[in-house]
Order: sequence, then structure tokens, then C-alpha cells
Amino acid sequence: MPNRSATEGGPYAHKKTSVQRTMVLVMVALVPATAYDLYLFGWPAINLFVITIASALMIEALCLVIARKPIVMFLTDGSAILTAWLLAMSLPPWAPWWIGVLGAGIAIVIGKQIFGGIGQNVFNPAMVARVALLISFPLEMTTFVAPSPLGTAGAPGFMDSLAFTFGLANSVDVVSSASVLGHVKTELSRGIPLQQALEGNYDLFAMTLGDASGSMGETSFSLILVGGLFLIIKRVISWHIPVAMLGTIAIMATLFNLINPAQYPDALFHLVSGATVLGAFFIATDLVTSPVTKRGQLLFGVGCGLLVYIIRTWTAYPEGMAFAVLLMNAMTPLIDRYIKPRVYGRTIKGDPLAPKGGS
Amino acid sequence: MKLFKIRGGVHPEYQKRLTRKNEIEVLPMPPMLHMPLQQHIGARAEPEVNAGDKVKKGQVIALAKGMISAPVHASTSGTILGIHEFPAPHASGLPWQTITMKSDGKDEWGEMPPPMNPFESTPEEISDRVAISGVVGMGGATFPSAIKLYLGKSHQLKTLVINGSECEPYLTCDDRLMQEKADGVLDGARTIARALRVENVIIAIESNKPDALSVMKEATKGYSDVKVVGIPTRYPMGAEKHLIQVVTGVETPSGKLTADIGMVVHNVATAYAVHVAVRYGYPLMTRVVTVSGGAIKEPKNLLVPIGTPVGSLIDYCGGLTQEAHRILIGGPMMGQPLISTRSPVVKGTNGVLALTKEETRKQDEMPCIRCGSCVTACPCGLVPLEMAARIRKEELDAAVDIGLMDCVSCGACAYVCPSYIPLTQYFNYAKGRLKAIQGEQRKQEITKQLAEQREVRLVEQMRAKKEMLAKRKAEKAAKAAAQAEAKAAEEATAAPQEATSTEMTSSPPEVN
Ligand code: SF4
Ligand code: SF4
Repeated sequence: MPNRSATEGGPYAHKKTSVQRTMVLVMVALVPATAYDLYLFGWPAINLFVITIASALMIEALCLVIARKPIVMFLTDGSAILTAWLLAMSLPPWAPWWIGVLGAGIAIVIGKQIFGGIGQNVFNPAMVARVALLISFPLEMTTFVAPSPLGTAGAPGFMDSLAFTFGLANSVDVVSSASVLGHVKTELSRGIPLQQALEGNYDLFAMTLGDASGSMGETSFSLILVGGLFLIIKRVISWHIPVAMLGTIAIMATLFNLINPAQYPDALFHLVSGATVLGAFFIATDLVTSPVTKRGQLLFGVGCGLLVYIIRTWTAYPEGMAFAVLLMNAMTPLIDRYIKPRVYGRTIKGDPLAPKGGS
Repeated sequence: MKLFKIRGGVHPEYQKRLTRKNEIEVLPMPPMLHMPLQQHIGARAEPEVNAGDKVKKGQVIALAKGMISAPVHASTSGTILGIHEFPAPHASGLPWQTITMKSDGKDEWGEMPPPMNPFESTPEEISDRVAISGVVGMGGATFPSAIKLYLGKSHQLKTLVINGSECEPYLTCDDRLMQEKADGVLDGARTIARALRVENVIIAIESNKPDALSVMKEATKGYSDVKVVGIPTRYPMGAEKHLIQVVTGVETPSGKLTADIGMVVHNVATAYAVHVAVRYGYPLMTRVVTVSGGAIKEPKNLLVPIGTPVGSLIDYCGGLTQEAHRILIGGPMMGQPLISTRSPVVKGTNGVLALTKEETRKQDEMPCIRCGSCVTACPCGLVPLEMAARIRKEELDAAVDIGLMDCVSCGACAYVCPSYIPLTQYFNYAKGRLKAIQGEQRKQEITKQLAEQREVRLVEQMRAKKEMLAKRKAEKAAKAAAQAEAKAAEEATAAPQEATSTEMTSSPPEVN
């Protein structure tokens, strides 16, 4: 390109949009669910959330310094905060501080900066970090607590929580409790039929609000759904990935549930439990790592849905969102290469249309 | 009427309310006019006047030259001051050959061709009249209109679409023209239809111009061959091939002209200019210009003599209220930044905009975040982010492979890009480079051809020389024999050697 300032071209009007605005809108959409979850899980969760985001920002700044990139411009684009935010939502809320720091480091350095920074990464950074943590620290990553909302009897106070988060004292009794998906998986593997496994654990109402154990993003179905719809209305994301993904999960679940209800939970269970909605609206739709065409996005969504269902149902992991999204991220370049819009005046293969009428 | 869908497009802030209610005002004749020789696509016009000549209003001052060209006329009476390089109303800021004249204030008409009734004239007569009147595409394309009228001879045409979409933000000159000169626009449209030998005229107007729509509908009552349709408001609805598809459903194949599918598009202002040229015999000397933007004190629509310095328009509108971040010729989507306000209004100038910083909303470029907005916005089904990525690496051929040449440079992609990547600029740069490379290749080919021809010539000359030598030798031998005989007979000698050698060195020099 020639020197641009001399010949600076049009258009000379621009839509009210920016990378920063896009990221901020996603964060706004996450606020209700996050706020409610932080309230539910109390101070230890708040500590983890703050630590994860703060370390992501610091690590990002460091990377920018090393790469000699404009720091203010890239640090304020919001992408590091959003990545850390989504990561924090996929961690057990009472995880120790170093999980947050390590996760942020993996997400920013390995997930993003190694590829060349914003827009260059192939994989969703938050999910790269989550999977790396899950494989390396299975115990810490699967120790969930039952919610104990701020201000209630069992909830730890701020000072207690600090001690707890930083592992200084084990002054808080961790009431550990499996997530619904994890519980069902364990019970099913022990040969206990589904209905029995769900008893007392599967409270649809509680789950849709978030009053269940699990990582933050796994719990409040309805608030995340509200955020997701907000993103679609604001046109930050399009409906294609979430609809394709949720639809595929629902169809698969219904199909197998019809075949054997004792073994396979129904569609509703799959949709409201785990990170299904968070994944469909906030993780799979990550702009950088999903296809750019609408048809590509549909295919991507279907792929994610299939993989989520397969991993949940037939592998050792109770939740497959992170793996599913990462696998489909790897397919994105291929999808974008082969699925393209039809060019005006050409056939889908790229040949000029045959002229109709005229001479 | 049934309308058809097109993909993509954007909804910029139209900002038309700044001028949409403002009646067209006549700008007073400026003291000095600058008429570039190249106000159209094609070959530059050839000046017909010299410094010091007195000219009358409407007189030809430069003649069309070559197949695709258009003449230039004096917009008023006065004296030619000279033909020189003058800042062009163009982003490059490069000077154009321009005829400058001084108005004598009398505005005296020269001798004009007689008025014609188009419906008692042949298509050729109409086209010829349009040609000598210097009418060009006034929506900004500036293609000589007569050339498009002659298409009626070579192509079987069915439909004429009159483009009243005016999809560029801010501009309302076509809107006002339709409201104030509906009959002229209609007559011009029907005149063009006659020249093209088509029976079917569609006047397409974006639905954000309800007044123009109703006025035009009223005006066309009783003309069964003309239909006025409201089309959805979306940029770039006015792109030729897309406009045709919206109103007829037919998609022009890539690399073809719309005439190949039996359709031709002309702008409303062009239709009006044709009407004036045919019915009155007046060449193209004025046009309506929208002067608008947040930095203009009183935005207006002005009827402006071609050649008026842009600065005079801005002054007439009360000047600037604040420093303009950008002064543009044309609309904000496809217009060009103006380097000097001394540059004149030319035939294709539909707007002069002085935009504030907030209006242009410029930000620093960020890396592409693969959001796909540009893909959704592109009316041509391209993947702008990938074309830009290839062009950035100077892989121009790879960019062509994924559709660069199908890009209409509308700017919709760049308009929506959250990373403020100047996508259109990449595409224009690449197209320009490719053209230059092609030109270079052509030059090389021509050079090669010339070299080959020279080779052939040389070989032929050699052969000719050899033959000649052989002949001479034979002659000499014969002569020698004869001489020997003569010597023997008369004992006389001759030496023709010298002559032969001179002849050998005087072979013609190479002319390339
Ligand atoms: S400028 Fe070209 S690539 Fe961009 S939207 Fe217009 S046609 Fe598509
Ligand atoms: S709109 Fe801009 S940021 Fe989005 S994909 Fe296109 S080029 Fe990339």
C-alpha cells in the first residue's frame, strides 16, 4: 500500500461502531448473569473474578510492550477483559487465586498473543485456557460448591474469603457439590437410571435462575439467555450460530431420549444445564474464531452442537462445550475457504452467469 | 410493481433533511470560470479556442476527440484567458488541462442548434444532438451519454431505468430536480427511450423521497410506457446492476454490460440535461449541486454554471461555521476529498460537502477481528476481509481470484468495519496497480512485437541484399565477360568497383 495519509480514501462516513464498542456490548450482555452469580457465590467468586481480569490486563500489557505495539489502543479495545471475563465464568467459582492468574496467562499468551494478537488467533483464548487448566488441574477445576449467597448464614465474609482465595487458611468449610451434569454422569456410569439420578438434583426452576452448583457461567440459564438475545438485537452477533447449535443439541437429545429415556436426558435438560447457553451465545459466537459467512456460521453451529452432545453423552467428560468449540475453531479456516457467498453476476462456482434475454 | 431482492447494503445516516426542503437557488454567475477539458470518462476534449478569444454562451470551446469523449461549452459569454493546468476537483489534486474564461457579465447566447421534437426525430438525430451538447452521466459516472444512446443500434434493448435512487447520504439535488422539474425529467426519460428504441421506462426512486415519488407519479399519469416505482432505501441501491435487479429481477452476468441483458440506466439529472439539449438546443452548461454538511452555515441546493470554483458555492451558502474536517466532492460514500476550493464544479459534481470531525467519524485502524460485517454488507457477495488480506501482501492475482474485479467500490464494507480498515482503499489501490501492470504488459508486448517485426525486416533485407549481390555478381560476371570480349576486341578497360562499394554501404537505415 502506498502512503495512506496522502491519498486517504473513502468512505468519509462510518457506522457507529468500533472494536471497543463491540466488546463493551458483549460485556454489558454478560452483566446480569455475572452480577447474579457473584452474588450467589459470594466473596470468593468475586475475588477470583477480579484476579482473573486484572491479571489478564497486566499480562496483555506486558505482551504489548514486548511486541512493541501501541499499548493504550490495544489495552482499551476490551478484548483482554472480555476473554478473562468469559474464562472466569467457566471456572469453579471458589477456585484458588492461582487458577485465575494461570488461566489468564494461558488465555492471553498462548491463546492470543502468540498468534499475533487480536484477530489473529485460531482458537477461542478463554476455552484454550479452560481446557489447559482442566487437563492439568482436574481436582481444582471440578470442585464446585453449592451457592451460598452474599449475606446469608453460610457465606464467607470478605476477610475470610481473601484468606480462602489465597490459600492462607482453610478457615471456610467448602461444601463441595458436583454440578448437575457431573452428578448425572457419575450416577449413570454407576448404572443408576436417569430419573433416579436426577431426583433432588435437577430442579429446573433453580437451574434456570442459576441457583445450582457449577461454574458461574453454567448456572444462570435465563439471565444468560437475556444477554444473548440482547446481543442479537444489537446485532453484535447474528442468530445463526446459537440457533444452529441449540437446535442441534435439542434434536440430538430428543432423538436419543425417545430411543431410551432411562439413559438419555431430554432436550430441556441439555439446554438448561451446563454451559449450553453461555457457549451458544457468548463462546461459539466469538467473532475472531468463528466463520465470517452466515452459511458458514450455520455449519459451525451445527458442528458445535453435535460435538457438545457427543462429548457429554459418550466420553468421560461431563461437559463438552470447551472441547466442542475448540474443535470447531480448528475447522473455521476450512469452512471459510469453502463456504463463500455467491458473487454478484456469477454462479456459485464463480463462472459468469449465462446472459438472459437481450442480444 | 413487484420488486426483487438484492443482498447486502447498509443504512448510513442519510442527513438529507439538511437540504431536502430547500428549493434550488440559482447561483449568480461568478467572474471567472474554469472548464477542464476532461469532465468525462474517455478521451480529453480538444480546445477550439485560444487566449484572448471572445466566446458566447453555449459556444463549443473544446471538441470531443476520439470514440469516447464529450465536448465542452462556454457556460457564459466572455473572454478566454488561457488554457493551462488548474487544480482538479479530484482526490489526486493533480492539475488538469483547463480553459479559464472571464465572464463579461452579459451572458450573451451564441448561435444554438434549433429546438427539436424528439418524437418527430429519429433515434440517430436525438443521439447526435445529445453528443454535440456534451451531456455526460450526471450521477457522478460521467460516461458520455450519447455513447450509451448509440447502444440502441447494437443491442436489442427492452427497458430504460431512470435512476432517481440518490442513495448517497446528504445529496438531495436529484430529489429537488424531480420535484421542481418533473415534466422535464419525464420528457428527457422518454426522449432517451426513443433514442434507445425501448418501450418500457421505469423511474426508480428510493422510498425516503416521498415528495419526489408523488410528484413524479403525478407527472407520469397518462403515459402508459412510464412507471414510477418506490424502491427500498438502502445504500448502494443506485449501483447500476443492482438497481436493474431490484426493479426487473434480472442479474447482469459478471463482465457484461447491462445492455447485454437489454437494460440501460440513466440518472434523472442526465434525463433532464437531455430534455434541455433536445427541446431547447442548450448544451450542458449548468447543473444542480447540493452544498451540505455539518460545517456549512446554510446548506442549499444550487443551480451552478459548470466551471464555477467550489469556493464560490461555499461562500454563497454562508461559508463554514467551523473548520471542516473534510471537504468532499460528491457524497460521503463514494465522493472524493477536495484539495483546493479553487477547483471548479464539473459536469459530474453532484455535491459539495463540508463535514465535521464527528460526521466523518474517523478512528485509528485496528486489526481485522473477523466479525464478518463486511461480508454481510457487500452487495456483490464478496469477502472483503480476505481480498484486503491478500492485497496487503501484494498478492493481487490472488485477490482477483476471489472477486476483486467484481467489486464496485461502493464502500459499504469499509463503512461497517469496526476496525476502521480502509477496505475500499485497498481495492482501489489494487485495481489501479493491476491496470498499470496491464498497461506495462501491453507496452512490453508492443515492444516485443516491434522487435519481432524488426527481426523479420532485417532478415528480409539481408535476403534482398544477398539476392542483389548475387545478381550483381552475375551481372558483373556477365559484364566482365562482355568486357573481356570487348577488351579482346578493343583492348579497353573499365573499373566499376567503386560504384558497387558505395551502393553497398548506402543501404537504408533502420526506421523504427
Ligand atoms: S467496496 Fe467492493 S467489496 Fe466493499 S462492499 Fe462494495 S462491492 Fe463489496
Ligand atoms: S468488517 Fe472489518 S473487522 Fe469485520 S471482518 Fe470485515 S475487515 Fe474484518
